Amino acid sequence: MSDAPAPTAPIHAPAGVGMLRGARTFPEAARQALGDPQLRHNLGHATATIREKRANVVAEVADWAELRNAGQAIKSATMATLDEQLVRLEHQVTAAGGVVHWASDADSANEIVARLVRETGSREVVKVKSMATQEIGLNNALAQAGIDAYETDLAELIVQLGDDLPSHILVPAIHRNRAEIRNLFLRAIPGIDPGLTDNPSALAAAARRHLRQRFLSAKVAVSGANFAVAETGTLCVVESEGNGRMCLTLPDTLITVMGIEKVVPSWRDLEVFLQLLPRSSTGERMNPYTSLWTGVHRGDGPRAVHLVLLDNGRTSVLADQVGRDALNCIRCSACLNVCPVYQRTGGHAYGSVYPGPIGAILSPQLTGIEHNASLPYASTLCGACYDVCPVKIDIPSILVHLRAQDVEVKRARRDVPTPEAIAMAAAAWTMTDDRRWSRAQRSSRLARLVGRRRNKARGLIRSLPGPLAAWTVARDAPRPPAETFREWWARERGRDGQRR
Amino acid sequence: MTAREATLARIRAAIGDAPAVPAIPRNYRVRGDLEAGAAADLFAQRVAEYRAAVHHTDPDGIPALIATILASAGDTRAVVPTGLPADWLSEVPSSVSVCTDDGGMTTEHLDAVDVVVTGCAVAIAETGTVVLDAAPDQGRRIITLLPDHHICVVSVDRIVVTVPEGLHRLDPTRPLTMISGPSATSDIELTRVEGVHGPRNLDVIIATAGRTALVRDRSWLVP
Amino acid sequence: MALFVTCLVDTLFPDVGRATVAVLERLGCEVVFPVEQTCCGQAHINTGYHRDAVGLVQKFVTTFEDFEAIVAPSGSCIGSIRHQHSMIAEKAGDGELAARARAVGARAFELSEYLVDQLGITDVGAAYPHTVAYHPTCHSLRALGVGAKPLTLLRSVRGLQLIELPNGDQCCGFGGTFAVKSADTSVAMLTDKMADVLSTGAEVCAASDSSCLMHIGGGLSRLQAGVRTVHLAEILAATEDAAP
Ligand code: SF4
Repeated sequence: MSDAPAPTAPIHAPAGVGMLRGARTFPEAARQALGDPQLRHNLGHATATIREKRANVVAEVADWAELRNAGQAIKSATMATLDEQLVRLEHQVTAAGGVVHWASDADSANEIVARLVRETGSREVVKVKSMATQEIGLNNALAQAGIDAYETDLAELIVQLGDDLPSHILVPAIHRNRAEIRNLFLRAIPGIDPGLTDNPSALAAAARRHLRQRFLSAKVAVSGANFAVAETGTLCVVESEGNGRMCLTLPDTLITVMGIEKVVPSWRDLEVFLQLLPRSSTGERMNPYTSLWTGVHRGDGPRAVHLVLLDNGRTSVLADQVGRDALNCIRCSACLNVCPVYQRTGGHAYGSVYPGPIGAILSPQLTGIEHNASLPYASTLCGACYDVCPVKIDIPSILVHLRAQDVEVKRARRDVPTPEAIAMAAAAWTMTDDRRWSRAQRSSRLARLVGRRRNKARGLIRSLPGPLAAWTVARDAPRPPAETFREWWARERGRDGQRR
Repeated sequence: MTAREATLARIRAAIGDAPAVPAIPRNYRVRGDLEAGAAADLFAQRVAEYRAAVHHTDPDGIPALIATILASAGDTRAVVPTGLPADWLSEVPSSVSVCTDDGGMTTEHLDAVDVVVTGCAVAIAETGTVVLDAAPDQGRRIITLLPDHHICVVSVDRIVVTVPEGLHRLDPTRPLTMISGPSATSDIELTRVEGVHGPRNLDVIIATAGRTALVRDRSWLVP
Repeated sequence: MALFVTCLVDTLFPDVGRATVAVLERLGCEVVFPVEQTCCGQAHINTGYHRDAVGLVQKFVTTFEDFEAIVAPSGSCIGSIRHQHSMIAEKAGDGELAARARAVGARAFELSEYLVDQLGITDVGAAYPHTVAYHPTCHSLRALGVGAKPLTLLRSVRGLQLIELPNGDQCCGFGGTFAVKSADTSVAMLTDKMADVLSTGAEVCAASDSSCLMHIGGGLSRLQAGVRTVHLAEILAATEDAAP
């Protein structure tokens, strides 16, 4: 156990470690992504495929709505009793021969894992895909401790070999198409067959050959967990390729790093999530492999089993009564696949290991809104994410909530009010009084003059000044009409609403 | 203050507003309303959709079927768990070497094996899933992982319709592996491709109830 | 029945307001336009200016709470009224206003909802001899769940040929201040929406939100694509003798 003193007030994920903060704002990063037609094509193709698959397998579940309600309730009940659930989990894991560690933040989690690996005498670990370890930048931290970490999930391998960043929760290399992956393999995998084709089966087979020996000789594995059952101490990893099974079964030591919100109270709860998750994520009735283990199983699998419980900002999410629902996420990535913004910008634009709609509400809460201030605005609030979310997280409402937080933070910092804040305040002042408002409408007819290049015949404005110039980059603006609706009404019906 | 105490204290501070603990509405389907025959048919259909091979037999036909599957796959080295009914392999030709894993086979040895034959704990029809729980007819997890070919015998009395029914029959204290088709990936353009690290070939033999039900006492399975 | 015309229609698209009045009156409704009305505050709320929005919520509630039904030609404004007003009041610590806002929100309807659910009418007696592709708009579709109501209404319009818009449920990319703050992404979404509209070959792209129409129409106009954007109300107001 780490003995570092820690404050009891909820804390944000520390800066300078891990992958929760982008170097650029969302619109800046998005602009670059939007300029890459290959990327847009890859994303468009992949997300369309998965959307259709998901829709088909969800449609065949008659009680999908009931499962979502149950999933939402289980998660909310868990968060409301999180301290209790974690203590139960710890007790059961310990009773089953596992060792539980608590990490307040990324740095302490990284230290714990590095120490555990060092204690085995091994200098390398195999890893099964885990969002939590990416979030804390574990691979970097291990490298600094002289330990090599090998990603074994195909997509993670693609990302790692290409020295790239993940861009999707489920399919981190979604931004790459088969031809790009083939070229990468030819370049980065020693001794690979130069005749490798870009057939996905051939690429998968190449990854199998590349990693096989690594699995067989690995002494330590690092995993995440999709669920942990407090009642029984059972951990659960949901996967497809079998690399997870390899990591969970072959090495002597297994270290699982898990966010504290992944606990579920009872064994029975898995019957809900093991239906919701596969159909929502890969669009399958069930993913190929789900492994469940409870501590150490004598004579079967690892002899040393560790569980690292990670906070890293989660308690500060939990402290926000509206935002805490973001912790209910089961990382299915359905919200990414339906998001019209994600589909066009891809994951890198979000600057965090958590992209898409869930990233837009989770990253700013983990880091504090100041560090990801542009993310809550990276959405049209179209609501597609809320519709598909298997645990019914009202992402649009949380986005709006976080926008308000951002506005308040800026206000409290007494920054010089932005032109936007001034405009908003002025508009609110005008519009809380209908007489002021109708006067403003009349004078806004002056705005007909602001159209610098306008097409009078078509009643259109082709170029607006100031911040609204962004509107007329690709869109004409309508010219205010000669008469507002209320003027027409007054003229036709009189102010009291009676016909003249 | 330890990190444990600090984390728990932060959690308590965060939920200090005493958020409501909602009741869990479990009005989703728990039981499937199919009889045994229909459940087996659904299971067969769903497994087949994962591009696993599905075979049907009565208990007496299991040995011949296993021999046929081994022959057509060209497997020459097999591993079986200690509790596999001995007669299941009675028709395997002597050209196939069969090892029984008593827990002592090395990783290297298992890596050189072509095929593993097991029973299963539970099978879930709606999702086409077999679940292994490391019982004597299934063995350690590693033996169903390293060979490239897995032949899994599913007695119809092990088949349930829904996921909740399946989990209800399982013992969480055992190491569990849920298998739905051969290993696969959707990592390249989100297109499912069968065959990565786990067994690339999965044969499922659905056997009408009979002797396999007697393999060992499963009284704890009864819901 | 009170008409909430919305600030956007009032200022920029008065024809949509007149068409809404025309449809409702043709169906025998007595339409009142409370002149005290201004704006629902949606833009403030969705941009995060929740304190500034309190006065607007107050104004809206006071203006409309005496009416048994409130109708607006906008799915997104009704969505804000129904789902956000009480939240704004509660955040400001005004539980009483929140309760009033909830009560008003429950009686506020988007035009197609009002016609189909409240009046029970699917054929409004309109005639509109054009090919139309209908964009369902996100807030109508998801926040309000109006479902197929607008399409049901359009199917009964004489002479109108409805052409299915591919990927109709995809957002057009407007998103209020998103259109300016993330202009590049917004335009990328608009481009795909326009491509879908053009692929139908329809003369008219219709929707029930003037904001989305301003966005899509602004793009189509820049392309000089020759496709008009028309509000649902304007189609429903058109008859054999009077085009809108
Ligand atoms: S927010 Fe919902 S839809 Fe998005 S990844 Fe999480 S669980 Fe899935």
